[in-house]
Amino acid sequence: MASVDTYLESNLQSVDIAETMVLGLAQAAGFPEEELHKISMAVRETIVNAVVHGNRYSAHKKVHLQARQIQNGLAVTVTDEGNGFDLNSIPDPLAEENLLHQSGRGILLIRAFVDEFLMRRLSPAGTEVKLVKYLPHSS
Amino acid sequence: MSIQVTSRQVGDVSVVDVAGRITLGEGASALRETIRGLVAKGQKKILLNLGEVSYIDSSGIGELVSGFTTVANNGGSLKLLNLTKRVQDLLQITKLYTVFDIFDRETTAVASFS
Repeated sequence: MASVDTYLESNLQSVDIAETMVLGLAQAAGFPEEELHKISMAVRETIVNAVVHGNRYSAHKKVHLQARQIQNGLAVTVTDEGNGFDLNSIPDPLAEENLLHQSGRGILLIRAFVDEFLMRRLSPAGTEVKLVKYLPHSS
Repeated sequence: MSIQVTSRQVGDVSVVDVAGRITLGEGASALRETIRGLVAKGQKKILLNLGEVSYIDSSGIGELVSGFTTVANNGGSLKLLNLTKRVQDLLQITKLYTVFDIFDRETTAVASFS
């Protein structure tokens, strides 16, 4: 099955590049328009996290993008080379006292738009995020 | 298309028509500059027309929230007009539906400021 395996620069252009690559696979896999939008949102937010919060725009660090069609959908893995962070340290963006915070909603949106979300710290450095989206009739 | 932001006056309400993508970088910055520019001119009634917004990410949502608080901190109010289904869904997911006043008719929205 078709796949993408590439290293991206730690800049915002990589967000568009990753979106285009993954959407190409998703379209070929047969995702309908509205699901493509959700995949696009999830991938963009994940790459932004890797570039901005993980690699902190470092020209010396890459974002590793792997995406592949699976039998019933699409699997995407994004790995950065940053210091990693604890998911539990992110304030709940849905808590009343946090609703007016400007940032902190990225992971909430990723989780809303994919079927599986897994984030883990790598040793000695980096964060790996795995996303899985199933075709509508197969989940 | 990235983003187009234009503003017009309807009575004493500044209506900001936004089209395209409000995302991290140019899109979010353009919206921020427009809102801050209006606030700097003393505008206190700002209506964001998002009817032509095709895409908004978490940074764009953050910019809406930032605009809301900036205007409120200056004694005004910022309201939203013509949300697409996708933007509606995002505001539901993020619970921001409970924060913003949202309208689907411009005349009703403008009247709500008085």
